[in-house]
Amino acid sequence: MLPELGQFALILALLLAGVQAFFGIAGPMLGRDRWIAAVTPAVAGQAVMVATAVGCLIAAFVGNDFSVSYVAANSNTALPVFYRVTALWGAHEGSLLLWILLLAGWTVAVAIGSARLPPRFAARVLGVLGVVSFGFLLFTLATSNPFMRLDPPMPDGHDLNPILQDPALAIHPPILYTGYVGFAVAFAFACAAMLEGRLDQTWARWTRPWTTAAWAFLTCGIALGSFWAYYELGWGGFWFWDPVENASFMPWLVGTALIHSLAVTEKRGLFKSWTLLLAILTFSLSMLGTFLVRSGVLVSVHSFAADPARGIFILAFLVIMIGGALALYAWRAPLLKSSAGFELGARESFLLFNNVLLIIAATTVFAGTMAPLISDALGLGTVSVGPPYFNPTFLLSMLPLTALLSVGIHSNWKRGRLRDSQRALLMTLVAAAVLACALVYGIYEHGQVLTPVGALLGVWIILSSFVEPIARWRRGVRVPRGMLGMSIAHSGLGVLVIALTTVQSFTREHDVALAPGASTTVGSYVFRFDGVQAIEGPNYDGLGATVTVTRGGAPVSVFKPQKRQYWVQHQMTTETAIRMDHGNNILVALGEDLGAGRWSLRVQIRPLVSFIWLAALVMAIGGAVAASDRRYRISRITEATVPAAPEGSAA
Amino acid sequence: MTPRRRRLGLVVGILLGVSIAGVLALSAFRKNVTFYFDPSQVAAGQVPVGEPFRLGGMVTEGTVQRAPGSLEVRFVVTDFAHDVPVSYSGVLPDLFREGAGVVAQGRLRSDGTFLADEVLAKHDEKYMPPAVAKSLKRRHGEARSEPGS
Repeated sequence: MLPELGQFALILALLLAGVQAFFGIAGPMLGRDRWIAAVTPAVAGQAVMVATAVGCLIAAFVGNDFSVSYVAANSNTALPVFYRVTALWGAHEGSLLLWILLLAGWTVAVAIGSARLPPRFAARVLGVLGVVSFGFLLFTLATSNPFMRLDPPMPDGHDLNPILQDPALAIHPPILYTGYVGFAVAFAFACAAMLEGRLDQTWARWTRPWTTAAWAFLTCGIALGSFWAYYELGWGGFWFWDPVENASFMPWLVGTALIHSLAVTEKRGLFKSWTLLLAILTFSLSMLGTFLVRSGVLVSVHSFAADPARGIFILAFLVIMIGGALALYAWRAPLLKSSAGFELGARESFLLFNNVLLIIAATTVFAGTMAPLISDALGLGTVSVGPPYFNPTFLLSMLPLTALLSVGIHSNWKRGRLRDSQRALLMTLVAAAVLACALVYGIYEHGQVLTPVGALLGVWIILSSFVEPIARWRRGVRVPRGMLGMSIAHSGLGVLVIALTTVQSFTREHDVALAPGASTTVGSYVFRFDGVQAIEGPNYDGLGATVTVTRGGAPVSVFKPQKRQYWVQHQMTTETAIRMDHGNNILVALGEDLGAGRWSLRVQIRPLVSFIWLAALVMAIGGAVAASDRRYRISRITEATVPAAPEGSAA
Repeated sequence: MTPRRRRLGLVVGILLGVSIAGVLALSAFRKNVTFYFDPSQVAAGQVPVGEPFRLGGMVTEGTVQRAPGSLEVRFVVTDFAHDVPVSYSGVLPDLFREGAGVVAQGRLRSDGTFLADEVLAKHDEKYMPPAVAKSLKRRHGEARSEPGS
């Protein structure tokens, strides 16, 4: 009964999304206040219905209802209850349902948060979100129904893909999707502004906290995925430029450009149509990411589901959504002229460079990701594009970006003089050079050409991003959260640059063949292989090795990497053992029995690799702090006071 | 300079930057794209010796050989029309097995052996890389071959 109830709830949610979309967009257009008043109840009703549907599917998973096709394909009686719940988003259908649930959550948050916005504008925002929700619900019901029944039911399920049975991956999709879906809010604000034909600095102030919050979630989600790939896939890398990773990275790059462009729109009333375009682009890439990953279009590790039959629907939906938004843009953007000017050395110019460089980076990633698909479709042969392409092209835009950052955050709006902050800039630069040399030549022995450059830029960003907050603090002036958040996020980027530089320059990895009792030396560490024992878990068995690691005779740790064989899918997975020691991340993975009593082991030492994920966390925290700035809390605004902004946009 | 000319200069500068980036990206692209070949293309001599490429196919049953206690491993990759012997040194991925799809990255030596620096077999046991599936399907008509997969 429950699955039918879930499906019924989804159909009701579809209808309510339609109501929300229609009244939200048509109401303000025709000036019907009673239509506008109907939007919020529709939002609430839709959220309740979607939550009911998700609840029904979770109940089917927990209750092992293998008459539901999706449950049978992704769960098993031996699966621990925690993973039975997270199996909800283990494949395509459930992921879409999760997407819809998160969209409903964001929509409710927007409805609550916009209670004080002009009612017409709020209705338009909710209406656009209704259109998005309607499209996704229709897609789910028409092509990817998670409540489809099996007749006869399966006696037991096919089990969740073993590599997904992991705590980090259990929470990775919800956080990543929260970020993806959050950009729908920025998209809806952009569309609402275009429908209204009016965009002022107040608009930017409303939009900023939502966009920054979505960006913070996306940052966390990408970092979690990278962390998971590092320890679970057993290859020991943190980023592979895999199509799926790129699919989540492109909206991040464009979203980062968006939050910076929004800053200019808020403070100076400039870059208006550019900001709108970025909002559309970010959400389009988010949708593209969702669909590309789960539809199996891209050949990749993560494409668990492969069903090209859904492609036509996806394509049609994307064309309608993105094409519609761009058409609206072409029609309305010319109304939104910005009039103010700025000098070359002003902060506006630096933020413009930031945007251009981020868009170049996103474009090169896009080109590399799509090239294999395009080359294949045109019959030019099958190609693969990997790190040899992505690393240098990405560096090309990131080097100037990180180099300009420190100067940019000390520049002034409108005026191109740097005189006030010249001293602080020079001092931080000198301090950064000293610290970078100490790091590169003192702690680590050698390096490549780019090693000191990366270390210098990273340290400089960290030092310079706190100059202004510290100066204010010493003068006893309050540091606004927006500024504090920016400093935290930028220092996170600095940490990331340093971590990436050391990891790329000083990583050591070896595959070795060892008999029990034998040892091998990598860097300053000695790895002694103590043998292999049988192990057993709740739904797997396998082998566990013991490796004792010492450094200069002193014990560091005992590593216990495993090789697991899951019973239902008979899939082998490698459970690496990872420890931190003196900032070094030591990874040991168990290979296989080589015969003659020897086993293969993979040993890696990556300095500061954990700081990559830590840096992402710091950046996300910075975003959260900035989004919570008091400035964004909306005091009562009536429609009459809105167009009071100085650079009045619409005529 | 008038604001108008300054803005023009800015736009020209950005365009210049973008085009330089574009040219550099394109050249990186030409140099760093790895091509994929199947064993029949290798047999037909379409692959330059010594150039890196990706070889895809199935691991032939019963061909995985290892000198006991050593990381050196040899196996044969087939598309059921032609075979290519592969040699690799290192830890094989979890999903590598006989009769399963595999993609190896490396170079062809002059003796016809493919020297792999990387073996990719990342997917589940039923999965076949689409490129492998396609080339197997294409070769199926040409070769009388065993009923593959």
